[in-house]
Amino acid sequence: MTAASPSPRVPTEGDKEPSMLLQKQMIAGHYTALSRAPQEGRKVVYTFVPGNLTELLRSFDLLPVLPEINALQSGMRKLSGDYIAEAEKHGHSEDVCTYVKCDIGMLKKGNIGPTGERLPPPDLLLLSYTGCFTFMKWFELLRQEYDCPVAMLHVPYQSEGRILPYHVEYIVQQLRTEVIPKLEQVSGRRYDEDRLRDMLRLSAQAEDDLVWVLESAKHVPSPIDAYFGGVYYIGPMFTAFRGTAEGVSYYRVLREEVEGRLREGLGPLTPEGSQEKERYRLVMEGPPNWTSFREFWKMFYDEGAVIVASSYTKVGGLYDGGFRHDPQRPLETLAEYCLGCYTNLGLPTRLALLERYIREYRADGFMINSIKSCNSFSVGQLLILRQLEQRTGVPGGFIESDLVDPRYFSAANIKNRIESYLQMLDQKRAGVNA
Amino acid sequence: MSPELTNLITHAQELNDDFDMTAVRTWKQAESGRKAIGHMPMYVPRELIHAAGILPVGIVGAGERLEIIRGDAYFQSYICHIPRSTIELALSRRLDVLDGMLFPSICDVIRNLSGMWAMLFPERYVRYVDLPQNFEPGAGGIYWRRELEILREDFGRLSGRPIEDAALRNSIAVYNENRSTIRELYRARSRQPWVYPTSEVYVLLRAGNLLPPEDHTALLREYLHLAPLETDRRDRDQSRVVLVGMFCEQPPLGLLLTLERAGCWVVDDDLLLGLRWILGDILCAGDPLQALVEAFLTQSAETAARYLPNGQHGLALVDSVRRNRAEGVIFCSPSFCDPALLEQPMLMTRLDREGIPHTQFKYSEDTGQFAVIREQAGTFSDSIRLWSQA
Repeated sequence: MTAASPSPRVPTEGDKEPSMLLQKQMIAGHYTALSRAPQEGRKVVYTFVPGNLTELLRSFDLLPVLPEINALQSGMRKLSGDYIAEAEKHGHSEDVCTYVKCDIGMLKKGNIGPTGERLPPPDLLLLSYTGCFTFMKWFELLRQEYDCPVAMLHVPYQSEGRILPYHVEYIVQQLRTEVIPKLEQVSGRRYDEDRLRDMLRLSAQAEDDLVWVLESAKHVPSPIDAYFGGVYYIGPMFTAFRGTAEGVSYYRVLREEVEGRLREGLGPLTPEGSQEKERYRLVMEGPPNWTSFREFWKMFYDEGAVIVASSYTKVGGLYDGGFRHDPQRPLETLAEYCLGCYTNLGLPTRLALLERYIREYRADGFMINSIKSCNSFSVGQLLILRQLEQRTGVPGGFIESDLVDPRYFSAANIKNRIESYLQMLDQKRAGVNA
Repeated sequence: MSPELTNLITHAQELNDDFDMTAVRTWKQAESGRKAIGHMPMYVPRELIHAAGILPVGIVGAGERLEIIRGDAYFQSYICHIPRSTIELALSRRLDVLDGMLFPSICDVIRNLSGMWAMLFPERYVRYVDLPQNFEPGAGGIYWRRELEILREDFGRLSGRPIEDAALRNSIAVYNENRSTIRELYRARSRQPWVYPTSEVYVLLRAGNLLPPEDHTALLREYLHLAPLETDRRDRDQSRVVLVGMFCEQPPLGLLLTLERAGCWVVDDDLLLGLRWILGDILCAGDPLQALVEAFLTQSAETAARYLPNGQHGLALVDSVRRNRAEGVIFCSPSFCDPALLEQPMLMTRLDREGIPHTQFKYSEDTGQFAVIREQAGTFSDSIRLWSQA
């Protein structure tokens, strides 16, 4: 397969598009602000990506820290293996989520963040319990380490795929009685709903542009990779920049770039330059592996495979389903946002979403990257595989890896599976019954 | 052992071993229109099911005796065993006797299993019971009442008759008696674990998954009467331990026997915790639905599957150790059990602070070899006895 595949051109400095440089600058600035927070008297709140309440935190001038992001960054920087070993040395089971162990290990080794600067301890742990049971235990563990207050926000699971009024009321009540009072206490500021509305307005603007970028992959050939490239595109939106002017600027710049790529007929940008030929359009379910992220990505673009839609890029919000933060209903809209994150949706709803992606993005196939660490994603994926094939007639592939534990990335095995799967797609196209 | 006691234990064991659920089928056939609803481990409001005239049936997988033929094809190797055997039971039509299935919020595995159930058996009643993790009456209480109202409507519809308050109060009283009897049994075991060995207590407790609560209470009462009559049951020089981590996927009976043979008297545990999740009696007067809500908010057992708002992890465990005069704790969790294994380091920290010895190992419901566990538990027991004599 490799011999016949298109080879990406050699990358140049010009391949660093303005949005990439901007994002790099934004993230570096955020980590620097975090490292200076204790000296500058700024308060820090640790929270999670799915169901994050960034606008609410920002409206109190609080700085968010997202341990999942630290863990994945540690994975990409080849630090996670040591961190996980450190946590296991302290009694954490080899069976459980490696994000948790990476985070605990990083803490035990001095809490040096991805940029090499020390992360401040949390003034508050905002436990938005959305779509993942492990989140709850994770922050209970951190609470024991840091001895700091926790604001718990329980978000009901959408097992039937619809938001009911009492779900929203439950979350709003918790925001009013549990979350906001603790944010007021930590920040020393009163809740300012007008300020929150302003931020939500900015969020909605950025969300419009993000959705446009993600949906540009409906174009054949696609100007983006909505999984490997997509994780960069969702970065600011899913982390610290929703509800900020910087976030709006980033998505505007990104959109203009993708519009340019469409005009010029360019394929997705990869670490080795623009992908020149789109041979396979795939939908991807499940998070990526971070420890061998580039190697994993290369396995696809070397073969001319482009991921045109992915579920992972919806863990921090299902904006392409129509949701936008609504400044007119500030707390209700935050509640609906939390309820609608991808892993908070029942399996039948997830299946329907993947089916929609396959049809709307005219995918040749779909692939599931099943993650050992993540039961929230992984349990039921083998059934999704079968039912998705039955419903769409499109073949599915299945690979296994982990988030940040390098012991669970078997490159040769995964490459072999991907190549076999793509060969099968070729045979199907040629009308050969395998 | 007396023939009466032998018969009692054999009866309970046969109930537990019968994957075809003959007892449930017989119960349903005894009266036209009877229904049964299954539920996964941990808490569901069984009083509501009972008040609808429906039999609540606890499903805890299939242990080591069922060959998994199709179940493994639905789950990756790194997922615990209980969903495989539960799917196996369903696909082999052994759970057809159930008219519905409830999946309480234990963890992401059981949560997603509810979705799998909906996809595999679209014609059956399935509900994910999302227990509140907020225990404040004005937030979690209101939410939980709404959930209970939905369940009440659903069960009323399934049974063909709305659930009246009087019926619900009666069911609350029935389950109060059942839980009270279980607590009495646990106290008796704690006092004299050699009279009420865990390998027997567990078998009798587990029968509560299949029997109507009135029958289960009668079974336990008979055991409480018969066991002390066994004159050859004597104390041995064994260590008193508390078992932690077995609240969902159940260990094979052989594991419990192994622990006892290795020198451990189990004086408390979290086996089948859902049967005794509510720690005291529920109010039988007034608004019965509100009584269920308040019981959940204020009397829920402390376990890994729920949020502890006060950050006092392990206090309940330490209290159990003190109250039951235990000398150590054995963390005995299913492989890949997120709640139990994530909770464990927090509990261990607390035990270390209190100077309480502990050890840990993992099992699967189909574990067949106990030699290593026997050696480890035996060494743990020996070390406790050596320390306590020092």
